[in-house]
Amino acid sequence: MSEKKEILLGPIFDNNPIALQILGICSALAVTSNLKTTVAMCIALTLVVAFSNFSISLVRNSIPSSIRIIAQMTIIASLVIVVDQFLKAYAYQISKQMSVFVGLIITNCIVMGRAEAYAMKNGPVMSFLDGIGNGLGYSAMLLALGVVRELFGSGKLFGVAMPFLHLAKDGGWYVPNGLLLLPPSAFFLIGLFIWGLRSWKKSQVEPAEFKIATPPHHPVNTAH
Amino acid sequence: MSNDTVGKTLTVTFLLCVVCSVMVSLSVVLLKPKQLENKELDRKKNILAAAGLLKPGVPVADAFKKIDIRLVDFDTGEYVEDRDPATYDQRRAAADPDQSIRLTSAQDVASIKRRANQGVVYLAKNDSGEVTRIILPVKGYGLWSTLYGFLALESDAVTVAGLGFYEHAETPGLGGEVDNPNWKAQWRGKKFLTDQGDPAIRMYKGSVTASTPEGEYKFDALSGATLTSRGVENLMRFWAGDLGYGPYLKRVQEKGV
Repeated sequence: MSEKKEILLGPIFDNNPIALQILGICSALAVTSNLKTTVAMCIALTLVVAFSNFSISLVRNSIPSSIRIIAQMTIIASLVIVVDQFLKAYAYQISKQMSVFVGLIITNCIVMGRAEAYAMKNGPVMSFLDGIGNGLGYSAMLLALGVVRELFGSGKLFGVAMPFLHLAKDGGWYVPNGLLLLPPSAFFLIGLFIWGLRSWKKSQVEPAEFKIATPPHHPVNTAH
Repeated sequence: MSNDTVGKTLTVTFLLCVVCSVMVSLSVVLLKPKQLENKELDRKKNILAAAGLLKPGVPVADAFKKIDIRLVDFDTGEYVEDRDPATYDQRRAAADPDQSIRLTSAQDVASIKRRANQGVVYLAKNDSGEVTRIILPVKGYGLWSTLYGFLALESDAVTVAGLGFYEHAETPGLGGEVDNPNWKAQWRGKKFLTDQGDPAIRMYKGSVTASTPEGEYKFDALSGATLTSRGVENLMRFWAGDLGYGPYLKRVQEKGV
């Protein structure tokens, strides 16, 4: 039981795919400027990782190792198209805003990474849970980004104006920070989150790869 | 049997492809009606948005009831009465040799290759039945893609009331900024035609202010997207011209809508 819990909840803080493994950054920048697309992306990615892990794990013993990656890609790509079709049918406006980024889930390293690292070696149920867990880890980071970016970038949450942030254009005091709506702001925020996480959980800090050498002492020749 | 024999590899590949394609095809086919419905609703919404008639709280279908759809013959500028405009598909007609003309390279300012013989116009009416907006579908090639949009004119058939694109594949953040509300807002009040009735719109580098000479004909080009901006200029000039809605707009100015 505790192993299942570890697989499901571990990726949220202890082994976060974005903060620790630095995967899936592209979509984290692209879709988090407002919460509606963020939530849609989180659900889409979680479903894709979970079901791709599940199906890859089901056929893992029949996949020839020479075409392993292509077989995984085929399964992932098909699932992404299905998810994209559902979004177009039931959440048209959101799917228009997310445009290519739904399709780009195919190239999201988290999906491939989990397929290769976990689903190829473990049973379907555990793989499914691992997919959900990693989806949750990804979602936790995206939602945090989405809340900060939408709240301070446009003074809203889910497109609804917040009473405690009275916007300057409506005669209030808060001038939204437009930088937060641009993709680079997500880099800054991810950096801050990683800093915070590693200060809290010291075990995530990697050992230094090299040490800056202390400059050798040069005796100064004062004799002229 | 080992997984790595040629036979096994081919079998697995084949089966995987079959299963995946069935899954993908099923989802596409089953969800198609719902998607088309969404697309149609989105198109109506874009027509209303270009004309500035989209009001929060009013369902799109209700607001669209105040819009008359008419067909116009591009050559004469007169309305076509013997055909149902609601079922006319201008994009399909433009691809059909019997219902369209081929544009020579000198004529084809907007790089659209063919133009349908008949065009749709949407006439938005107020509560007392007067036409307040004339909405024209426009298209033209930008940098990567054909931009499809709606241009709304005031009832004088010259002053622009709004412009919006509903389909394009320009670079997000550069040419894709044609969807930026701030950029779109500048179109209001521009003049689509000169006093002589010729295409008037020109692209301008820098913001157009009240002191810009002939500012009513110029729009601020998108920075970093010269080719998309030029595409917008070209499509505005084509559809204002003799091969576009020029004859129709002339007729409206002379005889009214």
